Amino acid sequence: MKFVSAAKLKRAQDRVLASRPYARRMLAVLNSLVTRAQAGRDEEAVHPLLSQREEKRVELVVITADKGLCGAFNSNLIKVASQFLARQAQRDVRLSLVGKKGWDYFKRRSFTVRRQYVNFLTKVEFGQAQQVAHALREDFVTGEADAVYLAYNEFKTVMRQEAVVEQLLPIVPLKQIPEGVAMDYLYEQPQRQIFERLVPRHVEVQVYHALLESAAAEHGARMTAMESATKNAEEMMESLTLKMNKIRQAGITKELIEIVSGANALAR
Amino acid sequence: MELPKEIYLEVVTPDRLLYSGSVREVSVPALNGYLGILPGHAPLLAELGVGVLSCTNDGVQHHFYCSGGFVEVLPDRVSVLAHVAERSDEIDVEGARHARDQAEQLLRSKDPQTDFAEAQEDLRQALARLEVASRA
Repeated sequence: MKFVSAAKLKRAQDRVLASRPYARRMLAVLNSLVTRAQAGRDEEAVHPLLSQREEKRVELVVITADKGLCGAFNSNLIKVASQFLARQAQRDVRLSLVGKKGWDYFKRRSFTVRRQYVNFLTKVEFGQAQQVAHALREDFVTGEADAVYLAYNEFKTVMRQEAVVEQLLPIVPLKQIPEGVAMDYLYEQPQRQIFERLVPRHVEVQVYHALLESAAAEHGARMTAMESATKNAEEMMESLTLKMNKIRQAGITKELIEIVSGANALAR
Repeated sequence: MELPKEIYLEVVTPDRLLYSGSVREVSVPALNGYLGILPGHAPLLAELGVGVLSCTNDGVQHHFYCSGGFVEVLPDRVSVLAHVAERSDEIDVEGARHARDQAEQLLRSKDPQTDFAEAQEDLRQALARLEVASRA
């Protein structure tokens, strides 16, 4: 099990690292676009996915694993998600669940589950992220949700995962002004059109990235869990073997004493 | 003002970083045609179409196939965020030829069931792939 996870981990880790440049550039471009467009002019350019509303209805996406045997991976995340939900108690909260473990936990509790994706993450593909992101965008644009949050395990190192909750929608523009003059772009296509394609794409990329992080973190957690399980089993085997040998030796010694003392008694 | 001599190009797709490095010039397939970009270009944002992305670095030309996505140009850097991008040695030439033939056949068939826009898109992709492969 440990070796299976180790091999999968390597692949998942490579994919997370490979996807980071895109996610980073995307964010940089979007930020730059938002800042420049604001510096340039009008409110018209505000995309529906950027609109800030009072958060009455909140949607939380919980990304867990489909399988167990990976230490505190799932329970940690569920704990963090539950804490988040407790803070949102006076709001109308609904859930989207990716992964079987989260579904198993939340279906027994009184939450509105809008969607669940079980056995969905055997291999993370961009198409799957698109599917999830599309549903979330719908909810946000139609007003089903005023804010969307993502809860997932971030891959820190092989030994360490961190359960985080991040805001996905509305997109928060960073207040960081790009270096140089905040001059508006030349737009090859109408600004609106570019915005309309870029912003949804950004949401997809964020979801994709979260799925990849979670997948890598899961394999890391499983590998660590399996390693300590193997170690514990070995320790137990050692101590049991020692105990067995002691008992066996005690039995032999006892029999020998009996025979010897019996022989001594006869000789007398 | 003296313009910089090189511009930093980065080509990324959702699952990898395909190319990064300083180049002399870049030609990008935007939605409405090719854009030639030299160092010191004004900030520009464009959508990508289907086509061949070329760049010149130390007199060596590199060609990539790319389709869909965005390109952001700043005076000192070009970021290509492509939906799909392939290096010339990664292109499946047989597959592309097959796709081209199939698309051409569909376009010729004049069948009312045919989705012409889609067939044309397929044809464009196949042709761009073949072009990149032929320039390798």
